[in-house]
Amino acid sequence: MLTFEKAVFSQGSFALAVDLSVAAGKVTAVIGPSGAGKSTLLHGVAGFVPQSAGRLVWQGTAIEGFAPDKRPVSMLFQDNNLFPHLTVLQNVALALSPKLRPAADVVERVEDMLGQVGLSGLSGRKPSGLSGGQQSRVALARALLMDRAVMLMDEPFSALGPALKDEMLDLSVSLATDRTVIMVTHDPSDAVRIADEVIGVAGGRAWPPVETATFMSSPPEGMRDYFRQSEV
Amino acid sequence: MARSALSIIAALVVAGAVIVPVAAVLWRGGGVAALSAADWAALRFTVWQAFWSAAISVVLAVPVARALARRAFVGRSALISIMGAPFILPVIVAILGLLAVFGGNGLVNLILGPLGVPRLDIYGAHGVILAHVFFNLPLAVRLILQGWLGIPSERFQVAASLGARLFWLLEWPMLKRIVPGAFAVIFVICLGSFAVALTLGGGPRATTVELAIYQAFKFDFDLSKAASLAVVQMVLGGVAGLIALGLARGDMMGAGLDRVVQRWDGSRLFDALWIGAAAAFLLLPLAAILVAGLPGLLDLPSSIWPATVRSVCVALAAVVLTIAIALPLATKAGEAASLLGISVSGLVLGTGLFLVLQPIVRPSDVALPVTLLVNVLMSLPFVLRILRPGIEGARADFGRLGQSLGLRGWALWRIVYLPRLRRPLGFAAGLTGALAMGDLGVITLFSRPGEGTLPLVMYQLMGAYQMEAAYGAALLLVALSLGLFWLFDKGGRVHADV
Repeated sequence: MLTFEKAVFSQGSFALAVDLSVAAGKVTAVIGPSGAGKSTLLHGVAGFVPQSAGRLVWQGTAIEGFAPDKRPVSMLFQDNNLFPHLTVLQNVALALSPKLRPAADVVERVEDMLGQVGLSGLSGRKPSGLSGGQQSRVALARALLMDRAVMLMDEPFSALGPALKDEMLDLSVSLATDRTVIMVTHDPSDAVRIADEVIGVAGGRAWPPVETATFMSSPPEGMRDYFRQSEV
Repeated sequence: MARSALSIIAALVVAGAVIVPVAAVLWRGGGVAALSAADWAALRFTVWQAFWSAAISVVLAVPVARALARRAFVGRSALISIMGAPFILPVIVAILGLLAVFGGNGLVNLILGPLGVPRLDIYGAHGVILAHVFFNLPLAVRLILQGWLGIPSERFQVAASLGARLFWLLEWPMLKRIVPGAFAVIFVICLGSFAVALTLGGGPRATTVELAIYQAFKFDFDLSKAASLAVVQMVLGGVAGLIALGLARGDMMGAGLDRVVQRWDGSRLFDALWIGAAAAFLLLPLAAILVAGLPGLLDLPSSIWPATVRSVCVALAAVVLTIAIALPLATKAGEAASLLGISVSGLVLGTGLFLVLQPIVRPSDVALPVTLLVNVLMSLPFVLRILRPGIEGARADFGRLGQSLGLRGWALWRIVYLPRLRRPLGFAAGLTGALAMGDLGVITLFSRPGEGTLPLVMYQLMGAYQMEAAYGAALLLVALSLGLFWLFDKGGRVHADV
């Protein structure tokens, strides 16, 4: 369980208050209007946005003081997930070690993971030689290979077409079965498609997770304006 | 963090390398009471020639820039690129080229002489101004062209459809904004120019403060006088530099000058004449070096080769050292620290270093290290200008990804920053190498006969009227300078995945 105990994440003059728990092993979507703080929540968990108050606890351990790479999280960013000057193999291998010439066992694990995301035989290419969907798969492969219990997704597939996006969402969830997935989205249908629960974020605060169907039929007070607009 | 510690060390090294010699100059220089009438004349001439050099450059640049802004023709982008070349062209080479065109036996006298036009003499005040215009007209054109291309083309369309007077509506406000800054930058550059005054100036009517410093060293052996003059030059450069910093706008490196604004006014003929005249003024001296230099290559004295080796070594060392210092310094504060160096001229730094080092070592023994140090300090502001946007961009795009992957320290630089910086690094290295290769400054104060760099040997050949050999040396020097620039710049572009 990932618990936010009266946590406050501050970014400049903006502050987001979070007091809730996310169940381990489930897929949780974070929904809300743009500028409400969805990304702040995710980047706060990852350790990129400073936490000014409260605690952040993962399975009994307070992690709010940990550096980003010491937290039990891997992250898929909205863009710039891949280093353009490195090959697919090098990009993914960075999940295991900061070496540009990975050892044989690392290469083997990388190739295996690339096979799972459907990219066999492409490890020698650079990102510019891949389609947008293939680039997303490389980023997903690395996030999975990092072997962290929590996978954070900050709308990594938002630049893809609808069919491809759905395919990537399904693939992510199917490969991350044993992990806790927290996914930001501005599209409620993404949540309906893959999320067990939904956290609503609006006006500088986050509501505790609610089962997806319940959330959609009766969104929490304060989220209703957002839905009224978005469903027109 | 290691990175911030390194940044602080680099900033302290740079600041110390500037402040120590400056302090020595102030200590030894004393008050202005030590200045003679000739020194005051040098001060007056320095300001006077800088004013006219800047004024003529800017006034001529306006019609040329306007013509370039509104005319598309074959070779336009090549011409604009060539206008960036004087920045990395060794000063002494350009001067020899100007001599070939405007000198006593030059092209102009050869053509106009038989027509009864009085002989043109390039030595003296007007020669100094001519050379300064040669170097700075292209800079002024590029700065002002940027202003012109900064006016959205829609405005020209609106103005044309209204039948408005384009000049008063669009161009005059832009010029009012850009021209003072361009003037100020060129004024400051001309205040501190040494090699031009050394070769074309001299005598009571055309001696700059920098040249007077050199003469105090070389002819009077009077270090106190040199230091007093250095104080004058420092105050002059400092005040003018501060004013220029306030006025200067626009990016000196001039990106994106490829666009042509579609216009419905102006005379094609006049535009063509302006562009043709500017191109001839720029290209003829360079062509003369090429034509006269090729046979001269056979006349090169053997002393040229050790000098070439010394110059290449200094240039390569300057590249390595400048980049090594620039990378940790690439912050806003670091850029400010580096400006310290450029606010003080190379010759002033040289004077200070001479004062500091003289009690410890024989100055001629450290001629090359001092030349190297001064070149590093002079290149640093440009290099930081070039690198900082790249570093900040890489940090914004990949900083968090790097953090989440646990990359830090050297691994972060090796895997993320250095590869992302290849292009600006290549460009910055090329610039540093070319500038150091062609520099004729402090080396004149420190060097012992027979131990000079290539530009110094070339200057000595000119002084000895061995013109054939001097042209050959010029060709060699310009080939090495541009070659170094090309090599590094190209190295940054090959296989760079953007």
